[in-house]
Amino acid sequence: MIRVENVSKVFKSRGAVVRAVDDVSTTVDKGEVVVVIGPSGSGKSTLIRCVNALEMFEKGHVYIDGVDIADRKTNINKIRAEVGMVFQQFNLFPHKTVLGNLTLAQMRVRKRNTAEAEEKARMLLKKVGIPEKEQEYPSRLSGGQQQRVAIARALAMDPKVMLFDEPTSALDPEMVGEVLDVMKQLAKEGMTMMVVTHEMGFAREVADRVLFMDQGKIVEIGTPEHFFTNPQEERTKLFLKQVL
Amino acid sequence: MPQYFAYEAEDVIKAPFDGTVTAIAESGSTTTVTLQSDAGEVLDFKVDTGTVRVSENELLFDGDALGFVASWRMGPLLDGFFTTIWISVVASVLGLIIGLIAGLMKISKNFAVRNLSTIYIELIRGTPLLVQIYIAYFFIGAVFDLHRNVCGIGALALFAGAYVAEIIRAGIQAIPRGQMEAARSLGMSMPQAMTEIILPQAFRRILPPLSGQFISLIKDSSLVSVIAITELTKRTKEAVSSSFLTFELWLVAAAMYLIITSVLSQFVFYLERRARASD
Repeated sequence: MIRVENVSKVFKSRGAVVRAVDDVSTTVDKGEVVVVIGPSGSGKSTLIRCVNALEMFEKGHVYIDGVDIADRKTNINKIRAEVGMVFQQFNLFPHKTVLGNLTLAQMRVRKRNTAEAEEKARMLLKKVGIPEKEQEYPSRLSGGQQQRVAIARALAMDPKVMLFDEPTSALDPEMVGEVLDVMKQLAKEGMTMMVVTHEMGFAREVADRVLFMDQGKIVEIGTPEHFFTNPQEERTKLFLKQVL
Repeated sequence: MPQYFAYEAEDVIKAPFDGTVTAIAESGSTTTVTLQSDAGEVLDFKVDTGTVRVSENELLFDGDALGFVASWRMGPLLDGFFTTIWISVVASVLGLIIGLIAGLMKISKNFAVRNLSTIYIELIRGTPLLVQIYIAYFFIGAVFDLHRNVCGIGALALFAGAYVAEIIRAGIQAIPRGQMEAARSLGMSMPQAMTEIILPQAFRRILPPLSGQFISLIKDSSLVSVIAITELTKRTKEAVSSSFLTFELWLVAAAMYLIITSVLSQFVFYLERRARASD
């Protein structure tokens, strides 16, 4: 479903060159949940942002369903409609109601009519547990509610893959659970997911594979069992010791 | 003083041909004079009662006065007031369009497009509006044979556009990057994301500076009086030179500008309050 081949992304700022993602290759198969963990600055967010070309990479290829997204001939908007993304800061559209947030892209990109889009939106709001908030503006919702709306907004496009970029990092601790529950539900339904997170519990419980990154490189890949009970690399052991 | 706002003018009604008065019928405040031309054509003319200058069966020649009709006319101040309003409205709309285009060009990734916009903005902001109006009328207008209104409005719109461009650029750049990313991640194109997500949010933020710019434009429209566009300032000047009511007329003119600008202020205030609904 997602194939990342030798992707490199370099940031240059005031002469300093930072290799955010350094020659990374990996895959996410259909129905698989891959969780990316690592210390901050390890390049995990940059990697996931490369997958839907929000970050343009200098070298390598990313294939979504066999289509090369770095190819100039690829219609990137079409690919992105198939790849849902959830951000750390939610990024809901503050000038639109919850319903407006969920229906806009459906109508503009998927060309659905208002009735279809609203029906889909209501169905998804029920799924994420806040059907009563459809007429509210995002600023009136709690962080957890906003993030659930953001997940519903991405799902409204009927994506084949969902990308989560630290979806719970900006939330108050008591709201993390409600968002993770929605994500667990999605995983159970067979959604293909790539998740960058610091929630080790979620990784252990939901991931099919855990990918540990440091300094722009993938240090270790493995099943949660292997990863949390028997890590091979020294760097992984050190990281797990610090976070667990 | 009131005659500068509105006055009653008497228009003379003239016979359009040689002929005879066949009937004069009075009814209330108007009197109908019926003429028959030498060729046999019959026409009715309405004049104010008491102003009839002809009698029945009188022989008339083309151009003879039949009587008068009084009607209310806008005085110079009111006429200038409306001219100022329409000039300002047209220049504002054009200025907003120019500013939007130049503002979007200014944040373009294309080097040439971006610099073109910068040159325009710097050129306009770095020279006096009065000089621009003279150039627009006496040079560009003379070369291309343009009407003075076109030159005046064009100069005002280009002037406002440069400032609006900077306001819009700042407004767009103040929107968090995540908004554009979220819109693009949903598959929306750059223009879709711009018009549906970024500009509506930017517009709310730039409403106060934008309204300030348009208030400036209304006041700056007084400068086009130098190319003989008969807006409020020009009209007041004319009225003052014929009446010597310097004190009264200029104060009234100032008050009339104040009326236009406060109506605009109130309108923007109303828009801001409405936009606050989603905060």
